[in-house]
Amino acid sequence: MSTDSMPWPSTSGASLPAVGRIHEWVTTVDHKRLGIMYILCGLVFLVAGGIEAVVIRLQLIRPHNDFVSPEVFNRMFTMHGTTMIFFAAMPIVFGFANYLMPLMVGARDMAFPRLNAFSFWLTAFGGLLLYFSLVGANGLYGAGNAPDVGWFAYAPLTSQTFSLGHSTDFWILSIMVSGLGSVATAINIIATVLCLRCPGMTLGKMPLFAWLNLIMAGLVVLALSPLTAAQIMLLIDRYLGGHFFDTQAGGSAVMWMHFFWIFGHPEVYILVLPAFAFASEIIPVFSRKPIFGYSVMVAATVAIGFISMSVWAHHMFTIGMGPGLNTFFVFSTMVIAVPTGIKIFNWLATMWGGKIQFKAPMLFCLGFLFQFLIAGLTGIMLGCAPFDWQLGNSYFVVAHFHYVIVGGILFTTFAAIYYWFPKLTGRSYNETLGRLHFWLFLIGFHLTFTFMHIPGLLGMPRRIYTYEPGRGWDTWNLIVTVGVFFQTAGVLVLLMNLFWSYLRGPSAGSDPWDAWTLEWSTASPPPAYNFAEIPRVRSRRPLWDLKHPDDPDWRYE
Amino acid sequence: MTPVHGLQPASASRVATEEWNLPSRGRVGMFGLIAAESSIFTIFVVAYLFYIGKSVSGPGPREVLSVPVFYTLCLLSSSLTIHLALRALRAGKARAFSAWWFTTISLGAGFLFGTATEWHRLIYQDGLTISTNLFGTTYYSLVGLHGFHVVVGLLMLSLVMTFSVLGWVRTEHVERLDVLSLYWHFVDAVWVVVFTVVYIIGR
Repeated sequence: MSTDSMPWPSTSGASLPAVGRIHEWVTTVDHKRLGIMYILCGLVFLVAGGIEAVVIRLQLIRPHNDFVSPEVFNRMFTMHGTTMIFFAAMPIVFGFANYLMPLMVGARDMAFPRLNAFSFWLTAFGGLLLYFSLVGANGLYGAGNAPDVGWFAYAPLTSQTFSLGHSTDFWILSIMVSGLGSVATAINIIATVLCLRCPGMTLGKMPLFAWLNLIMAGLVVLALSPLTAAQIMLLIDRYLGGHFFDTQAGGSAVMWMHFFWIFGHPEVYILVLPAFAFASEIIPVFSRKPIFGYSVMVAATVAIGFISMSVWAHHMFTIGMGPGLNTFFVFSTMVIAVPTGIKIFNWLATMWGGKIQFKAPMLFCLGFLFQFLIAGLTGIMLGCAPFDWQLGNSYFVVAHFHYVIVGGILFTTFAAIYYWFPKLTGRSYNETLGRLHFWLFLIGFHLTFTFMHIPGLLGMPRRIYTYEPGRGWDTWNLIVTVGVFFQTAGVLVLLMNLFWSYLRGPSAGSDPWDAWTLEWSTASPPPAYNFAEIPRVRSRRPLWDLKHPDDPDWRYE
Repeated sequence: MTPVHGLQPASASRVATEEWNLPSRGRVGMFGLIAAESSIFTIFVVAYLFYIGKSVSGPGPREVLSVPVFYTLCLLSSSLTIHLALRALRAGKARAFSAWWFTTISLGAGFLFGTATEWHRLIYQDGLTISTNLFGTTYYSLVGLHGFHVVVGLLMLSLVMTFSVLGWVRTEHVERLDVLSLYWHFVDAVWVVVFTVVYIIGR
């Protein structure tokens, strides 16, 4: 059953003219091409959001700076947050889920291929809509040319009175459009995992990647929809004269906060569960050991899924919810640390006694483990309501969640890009450049986000345009901004590595890491039909069984 | 390097004859959609409940709302007729299927007509619009969101009706229509919640 001896069903890409090739990509319903487009789309927006971050940091490099105007500064942090969450992080994790899920469960495509293409284009055009606000939001009013209400857009900033023009509408619509796409993708992922697994792959034999993305998809379905509902309400308020969040007419600004964070906190887990998924695939392969405590990992994932739906109001301790609600949300926030801690111990136990190979993907996963632990610890600090009253909305909070999103999610995303690059392109990346990227980014990350805790503790509020000298914040802000240059350099090295390796890299072969999951059993890049014959599996590591017929895993599971 | 060979192909193995049944993707997909929609409705219902009695000006629900018993019965009984339609199709009775399916559409359209007359009365007699007060905002949003789902459902049902009239609907399509009927049952079930919240608790 040689897969590469069979011809591609579609016309060969190389012989077509450029227009024909673009047409093939635009009209494709192949999960692999859509996955790659998702990832590329996410990387483009990652660069856009990164540029906005650079502008923010340049403005804050010294006191009384006026690199940009206050209005532009507001737009920059709003666009940065919105872009990074909705149009960089989510497309990238969806891209990997799209690309890998059918391959890992031994299927030929996602459950609904055309819906899949539809979702991708919704996400891509949602992102374009957000950036179109730069030129389109002026409208007739001449006020505002990008959203400037902050990424959580608290009422009443979003009311017609305070947000003239259409910038806020572009923000609402872009997130709604991409949100519909995300929910459709999530349903697609759920249906793929539940309905298309190859024979023998029971739920208990799925790779952890499939489990974690299944729970992630469930969270998207349940938690992203409230945001859509809240956006509909906001549109009703803005365009039909409704009063949902209009306190003058009995409405409630606090309701918006609840609705937003009912989405907002599970969103953290929507992004971090795929990060866990990457780590759970990469750490075992580079430790040359099976994952430690598979069933406990699955149980912890399901527990995180449930508990993450009931912690949202720890974002709202400072608004005065009263002792009852505060106590509940402090408690639930402490509880969710337990399954997350279990996962960290399991990854450590997987490495324990293993023959660890310090390749770029593993280096990024190690960085993730260390940084995610610290992010969890500052999370516990902020989860205590009295501590949060002191430091809510300070740079300490900004440092905390960037530790999660950059130190946790982005680091594992880099690991995933390196780990699956040979599968996606058929070529090996340059290991030296990969390590250079790691060290540049690690140094930059810690300069920026470790030192960012300190001005927060010294009382520097987030979203501040500039500050007075002599408050003890100056040096720290300088260090924080210097770190950004290291991170930028790291990302440039990554992009160079990707381009160069895609064009000139040596051929990688189908299984460069000697890995164990099904995606490595087919050619790199896989043919359009993935598997010439649908495989049949008997254990969690089907390729191990294949390579070691004398000592297969299924004897022990 | 050539790909790793030797994974047993499913068809070639002895075990392929064993049962390997997974759920139908249509049903799983529809249940996913229903979960997402339930989540949206939950937020609107919570908003409605939270804002009961918080309007700073009239008119309020007690003065203007009356319980739409007849139209509610229309919508709820359409769940029964769509079930009967699919039972007829499963038994191969295409004409009975068409008849029941048409009844379902009529009942759904009747419900929409009821909503339309109610809104007409509220707007032109009682002067309640979506921007009048908080009650108007929450009422039209929640009932309107549900009505929107009824419209979408009716469009899909009508599409099937067209196919049925053209003679294209056969017994082998029953599984797909089952998936569609799940959506219709969901729309009905949501009305039970909306009805309870708007006309019983909220009045």
